[in-house]
Amino acid sequence: MSYKAKFKVWRGEGGEGKLEDFTVEVNEGEVVLDIIHRLQATQAPDLAVRWNCKAGKCGSCSMEINGKPRLGCMTRMSTFQEDETITVTPMRTFPVIKDLVTDVSFNYQKAREVPSFTPPEGVRPGEYRMQQVDVERSQEFRKCIECFMCNNVCHVIRDHEENKPAFSGPRFLMRIAELDMHPYDVADRKESAQQDHGLGYCNITKCCTEVCPEHIKITDNALIPMKERVVDRKYDPLVWLGNKIFKRSSK
Amino acid sequence: MTQTTPDAPVRRQRAQVKVRTLRTDRWWLTPLVTFLGLSSFLVYGVWAIIDTSNFVEPYIAPFASPCLSTSAVCDGARLFGWAPIGDWYALPPGLLILGLPGGFRLTCYYYRKSYYRSFWLSPAACSVQEPHGKYTGETRFPLIVQNIHRYFFYFALVIGAILTYDAILALVHKPLGLGSYILLANAVLILGYTLGCHSCRHITAGRLNHFSRHPLRYRAWTLVSKLNAKHQQWAWASMFSVMGADLYVRLVAKGIIAFPFA
Amino acid sequence: MEIERHEYDVVVIGAGGAGLRAAIEARQQGKRTAIVCKSLFGKAHTVMAEGGAAAAMGNVNSDDNWMVHFRDTMRGGKFLNNWRMAELHAKEAPDRVWELEAWGALFDRTKDGKISQRNFGGHEYPRLAHVGDRTGLEMIRTLQQRVVALQQEDYETHGDYEAYIKVFQECTVTRLLKQDDRIAGAFGYWRESGAYVLFDAPAVVLATGGIGKSYVVTSNSWEYTGDGHALALLAGAKLINMEFIQFHPTGMVWPPSVRGILVTESVRGDGGVLRNSEGERFMFQYIPEVFKDKYATTEEEGDRWYTDQANNRRPPELLPRDEVARAINAEVKAGRGSPQGGVYLDVSTRLPAEEIKRRLPSMHHQFKELADVDITAEPMQVGPTCHYIMGGVEVDADSGAASVPGLFAAGEVSGGMHGSNRLGGNSLSDLLVFGRRAGAGAAAYVESLAARPRPAQEAVDAARAEAEAPLQRSGENPYEVHQELQRTMNALVGIIRKADEVAEALEVVEKLKERAQLVGAAGSRVYNPGWHLALDLRNMVLVSECVARAALKREESRGGHTRDDFPGMNPEWRRKLLVCSTGDGRSVEVEERVQPSMRDDLITLFDRDELKKYLTDEEMAEFDGISK
Ligand SMILES: Cc1cc2nc3c(=O)[nH]c(=O)nc-3n(C[C@H](O)[C@H](O)[C@H](O)COP(=O)(O)OP(=O)(O)OC[C@H]3O[C@@H](n4cnc5c(N)ncnc54)[C@H](O)[C@@H]3O)c2cc1C
Ligand code: SF4
Ligand code: SF4
Ligand code: FES
Ligand code: FES
Repeated sequence: MSYKAKFKVWRGEGGEGKLEDFTVEVNEGEVVLDIIHRLQATQAPDLAVRWNCKAGKCGSCSMEINGKPRLGCMTRMSTFQEDETITVTPMRTFPVIKDLVTDVSFNYQKAREVPSFTPPEGVRPGEYRMQQVDVERSQEFRKCIECFMCNNVCHVIRDHEENKPAFSGPRFLMRIAELDMHPYDVADRKESAQQDHGLGYCNITKCCTEVCPEHIKITDNALIPMKERVVDRKYDPLVWLGNKIFKRSSK
Repeated sequence: MTQTTPDAPVRRQRAQVKVRTLRTDRWWLTPLVTFLGLSSFLVYGVWAIIDTSNFVEPYIAPFASPCLSTSAVCDGARLFGWAPIGDWYALPPGLLILGLPGGFRLTCYYYRKSYYRSFWLSPAACSVQEPHGKYTGETRFPLIVQNIHRYFFYFALVIGAILTYDAILALVHKPLGLGSYILLANAVLILGYTLGCHSCRHITAGRLNHFSRHPLRYRAWTLVSKLNAKHQQWAWASMFSVMGADLYVRLVAKGIIAFPFA
Repeated sequence: MEIERHEYDVVVIGAGGAGLRAAIEARQQGKRTAIVCKSLFGKAHTVMAEGGAAAAMGNVNSDDNWMVHFRDTMRGGKFLNNWRMAELHAKEAPDRVWELEAWGALFDRTKDGKISQRNFGGHEYPRLAHVGDRTGLEMIRTLQQRVVALQQEDYETHGDYEAYIKVFQECTVTRLLKQDDRIAGAFGYWRESGAYVLFDAPAVVLATGGIGKSYVVTSNSWEYTGDGHALALLAGAKLINMEFIQFHPTGMVWPPSVRGILVTESVRGDGGVLRNSEGERFMFQYIPEVFKDKYATTEEEGDRWYTDQANNRRPPELLPRDEVARAINAEVKAGRGSPQGGVYLDVSTRLPAEEIKRRLPSMHHQFKELADVDITAEPMQVGPTCHYIMGGVEVDADSGAASVPGLFAAGEVSGGMHGSNRLGGNSLSDLLVFGRRAGAGAAAYVESLAARPRPAQEAVDAARAEAEAPLQRSGENPYEVHQELQRTMNALVGIIRKADEVAEALEVVEKLKERAQLVGAAGSRVYNPGWHLALDLRNMVLVSECVARAALKREESRGGHTRDDFPGMNPEWRRKLLVCSTGDGRSVEVEERVQPSMRDDLITLFDRDELKKYLTDEEMAEFDGISK
């Protein structure tokens, strides 16, 4: 039932650091986060890791396991061979504070740059009427637990630090899509998605979708539809003409 | 920032991991296979344009359809017997129209993903560092042109219709041959691919915010979304089917395939 | 080292539903507000809530209204609730939920486009506004985004996002500071750097959640170390109802590493049934006398209820949580449990697979990923898990003010609202209603102050020395003390309690108190979890002592407190609240206090027959006087 596993864990403060070797007991049914906790309790009491819920609901325990962004609490040890060495590193796109804990303030900063939900004037609380089919798309995006692994894996900023000011990352482009599709939102978000948040940087290679622990179809359901909405606004003269003639808006 | 940091943060940097990736699986396999698959299509395409045996009663090779000129190369295969550009054009017919389906696939969201990954390695696989020093994505010329995908979609609808028409023509022809079914299968796959297009999804109802006020368009969107979810599979299946069907017709035209119900 | 210092009007400790709602209110009243929380912004415990927020909007069944909700809440709490809180809660919850919608929340909808509501244990009508089974996430994200919206407003007017409301995340408060008898601020440390920080503020709102980490099997996360409870006690405030702990009937039991993680009650609300190893739907055997006429007595009737609620009584799987938890406990003890020590919860035979995936997506996901169980095809194994503490800081119902001037509390850390047992879904709405009230209360208090109190320097120095101590010592590993505390509380002050066991627990706690003083934390001060735990131990031990002392004192069984040696409910005890306080900051005293009688117009909402089951003869005579 239980066996000794070989682990390499990145340890260090503020970027400087290295992979340290550990041999540690693993029991049936455990996840990687359990093993990190066992290391804390037995071999390295000051090993830093973020976690809260241990059930894949809070998005705190994002880390990279054998090079792939994963939630530590949802990665079962049974998915590895017993003789495999498991490498655990912090998210690569964000600066390291210590060990597996990174400074994710980039994400909070970007979140603040997305204009908030803007309902039309004069609708009072309690008067909202929305059909289930109209809210479903945005609801999918609201499943997001803000683990920031999509922003971490996205090569636009993972491999190009210099793109960080211009690009908000899939998490917040998806937030824009969520608001743009909200039946009661009246703000125009298409122009700013492209200009201020860097939607054009996304080359739809879908790594965000691949890592999302909530299985949100970020690329197919948020980013590409948003790109199409931007095309409506910026690159499609027919739609522009139609809107002019029939005085309608896409909202 | 919501202040994750005390007021004067120490200089912060990323974890210094000096390898391109720590992935231990065979992450290079998918881009490699994609590269080979797409390359084979390109090579075949070039050959098919040059090759002239593109018609044999009642089949027309998909890469040469519709035939728009009166030149001999596709005589007898003209759409409704119609040859809008007359007879001065003597080059291979594929050259005239392949730009449209070609452009459609080139700007397709799925193909973009696959060649950005497998040809441009940007990125080759997730959390594998890309080799380029600079990256601007689709923000500027030439890649910004990808945004015209929806126009190619409109043309692709027409091409899809023509291929269906070709298949029906072949199906009503007596005696019925294997080629008719091949053309039919190809037409279905091409339509499945075309209708699952993201632009199509957007146009049907994706651009609306109130599905409930447009029940018909919403239904269409639901159907398109179903196809769209498998767009990658449709893309590959239709790519191979069009290649296969095209090759089949040419081989029959060349007499290489010559069994009775070919 | 210089201590970083910040001046605010209101400091809110906690960024869960209660904390955020309080901060939003304080900021909307024009007060400069700080939000301090131990983990990242948006990760507080509220994010884990699944089922929904109870509010009598009457969208699904128009017979629902605040009075019905009030009655359900009092019934669920076995009439020990602070009735004024229950009243405010029932009246204001709908407005608070609608407000969320205007801030961008997207709840599931009814056919006519209103917020859909679902059934839950103890609620007479479908009442829980929800989003699939991730309602807490929706709520916290909406409030988080509301805070951001306010920051954007401030940026427009002042050019600074943080001019009026600022989040201090990954920052732990270890002491409240006073000047004379008034609150003057709070002292804490940054988890990230280990640097100390001082908040200079005349009003502090506690919204720190619960205490579950004192138990081994719990649905709570590491944050739930009872910090707010302890901070309040140490500042001189009082805690009530600490003996009442809700054990949620359905936590995961296998694999061991996820033992305790919650299986939402919606599984039962949507048709899931409990069976023992013999395949029997055992809940029918456990309907208590007080609920006999409200629950179905046959499986057929229970099943019909899901489609026709007007003409059938609900199945007993939907009894209040304490009843179900005790029933499961009894079944397992009687040897009819599942192999891993739980019972079976089955939806797979009750709903089509697609429907299960649509209604319970995160449960499906959770079991698939963590236990390799496909809940659309096989039953889950479940057992009770420590979930919620009904007890907490004693507050004024209308303003959330504690007995110490300048101290306010809302959410799970406050006590009274839920009496001896909380109904599912009543917490999320509690957070909104009383979060807002505490924020407003704090703002009004600051307004009324003539002079701003300042934290005394000695108090700051003492707080600093206390926090520094574990780093300086090379003592016992704090994890060991923690584990022993958890084991003790779980085994001796768990679901079923006995006088001698609780007394034994108190002895152990006394020893752990000494050991907690001596633990050491090796390593640097930068993000050092060992150090953090060493500091949390003080709080856990103190709060555990409150729980145990109050549990020993209350000689009856009621709601979240079951005494093997006093199995029945005793009307005499209904009027008594147990109040914890500490004089020296080390040991806890418990006194009895009489609960004021319910207002006439509220008590007359109940049937005489029902009241008879709870009230003393004397009180019944009084009631007869009123209702005449
Ligand atoms: C798994 C689960 C499911 C649930 N489902 C439901 C449900 O369906 N319906 C329902 O109504 N209720 C439900 N509950 C209960 C409900 O979620 C909680 O009672 C409620 O969220 C508590 O909210 P709160 O605002 O009081 O505190 P929390 O959301 O827990 O927030 C506490 C905050 O205080 C901070 N904090 C704590 N100590 C300190 C300190 N020393 N210094 C600084 N900050 C500190 C924390 O960082 C955190 O931000 C559920 C609970 C759990 C665990
Ligand atoms: S699909 Fe776009 S946003 Fe997502 S990872 Fe790829 S480039 Fe980044
Ligand atoms: S979209 Fe998915 S991957 Fe990105 S932050 Fe949200 S949950 Fe994480
Ligand atoms: S700990 Fe919450 S997602 Fe892993
Ligand atoms: S054809 Fe692939 S997205 Fe349009």
